[in-house]
Amino acid sequence: MELLEQISENLQNGFDEKVALLTKDAVERQIPPEEILSSGLIAGMNVVSEQFRNHHIFLPDVLLAARAMNSAMEVLKPLLIREGIPIRGKVVIGSVKNDLHDIGKNLVGILLKGAGFEVIDLGNDVPAEKFISAAKNENAHVIGMSALLTTTMPVMKKVVDLAKDEGLYGKVRIIVGGAPVSKEYALEIGADAYSYDGANAVETVESFFPVNS
Amino acid sequence: MNDLLARLRNGEILVSDGAMGTMLFERGLRSGECPEAMNLSRPDVLEDIARLYLDAGADIIQTNTFGGSPLKLASYSLGDAATAINRNAVAVVSKAVSGKAYVSGSCGPSGKILKPYGDTDPELVYESFKIQMQALSDSGCDVICIETMMDLDEMLLALRAARECAPRIPVMTTMTFDATPRGFYTIMGVTVERAARTLEDAGADVTGSNCGNGIENMIRIAREYRKHTSLPLLIQSNAGLPVIRNGELVYPESPEFMAEKAGELVDAGVSIIGGCCGTGPAHIRAIKNAVSSYTEYHK
Repeated sequence: MELLEQISENLQNGFDEKVALLTKDAVERQIPPEEILSSGLIAGMNVVSEQFRNHHIFLPDVLLAARAMNSAMEVLKPLLIREGIPIRGKVVIGSVKNDLHDIGKNLVGILLKGAGFEVIDLGNDVPAEKFISAAKNENAHVIGMSALLTTTMPVMKKVVDLAKDEGLYGKVRIIVGGAPVSKEYALEIGADAYSYDGANAVETVESFFPVNS
Repeated sequence: MNDLLARLRNGEILVSDGAMGTMLFERGLRSGECPEAMNLSRPDVLEDIARLYLDAGADIIQTNTFGGSPLKLASYSLGDAATAINRNAVAVVSKAVSGKAYVSGSCGPSGKILKPYGDTDPELVYESFKIQMQALSDSGCDVICIETMMDLDEMLLALRAARECAPRIPVMTTMTFDATPRGFYTIMGVTVERAARTLEDAGADVTGSNCGNGIENMIRIAREYRKHTSLPLLIQSNAGLPVIRNGELVYPESPEFMAEKAGELVDAGVSIIGGCCGTGPAHIRAIKNAVSSYTEYHK
């Protein structure tokens, strides 16, 4: 079997040590790091995302695949940086203030990393100001917010309003999600997009970026 | 008060209470504060809430200890306060209900993902649950309710901790399922059948489901449980997933609607019916009335 295909399959099965070994092997064979990333690791994570979306696999499988991805990225990241290969995009994520549920948000982070994005996870209970300052300091392209309680959702609007005040609106795209959040709500507060689940969040973030030529 | 399990065995249908979080926010819980800390800072508020649900007709009133395990409290740097928080939580509800309802010690997930999928040692989670269960038991709660679990392994750790620290207190166990086109699964991939069989084998006294996607899905979940276990069933449904009406977020299922469906839950074999997110005293009162007339009619 072709090496990159083996990387993808082992990643789908969550074999982290094997994936790291195969990645080192691929590097030694002079396969360009960006090709290992896109045709091996991201290809594998795409399959995982798809199966997760269709409820054929569940969070445990995604977590194991993500760990395999991370183990390979430890090998690849220094090479990608050295060769100056631009990252796909930078996304700041977090659960909004006073909202302590973080499974959904963590999953979005895992899947975004799996799709090759750089993710800055601000954690739970993140105040509106912190989303904005992180997006500025990190030159992020996207802010992703999650809420699981109706009472915490107004923080999302505050982030959009602050982005307008600070001149970030339109430059940094804002995406929202979480059980009580809806497309209508996203529209109403002026967010760029709403995602109904983790895999859909990745598709949405991808849609913000022009296709690589 | 009569033994809870004996009443359930006798075929009695009991009603438990509704949501806690929204009630706390309406009564001064502020941004970034730990909801469970109010057991220490505002016991009057928790007494009030317990009394509202008691007046609505609930037979079982939960403590405000959903996030009361030391591991969970640690995210507010309150891990060391776990024993005091849980003890006080039971004390204030006991005071409010003064023997007219069962005091149910609530225990929710640790918020950690267990090894090998996450980074947390199961033993650590077990020890954390033990501290909470010991405090709930010592302060005299009538029943323990481990709820909103999505990982069956974590549920088993909490159940084992309850059995060890509180061997004489009945334990209720509820999991939260998503409705998918392929059936009901927790986010960790647990089916209703697996939950039902595993929890019965592990010695739970009552099992069932809470939160979810509205009461109609809960009826389906209850039927599925009934196929795979003979344990008494507990269902605490949310009032559906929130929608926007006139610019306001509302939970769509009215007290009348949920009450109308309560009979179907009883028909599905459910012994305890209560509410979750989006339900309040009005829902519980309506459910109580529906259950009373249903029982009267089927005597």
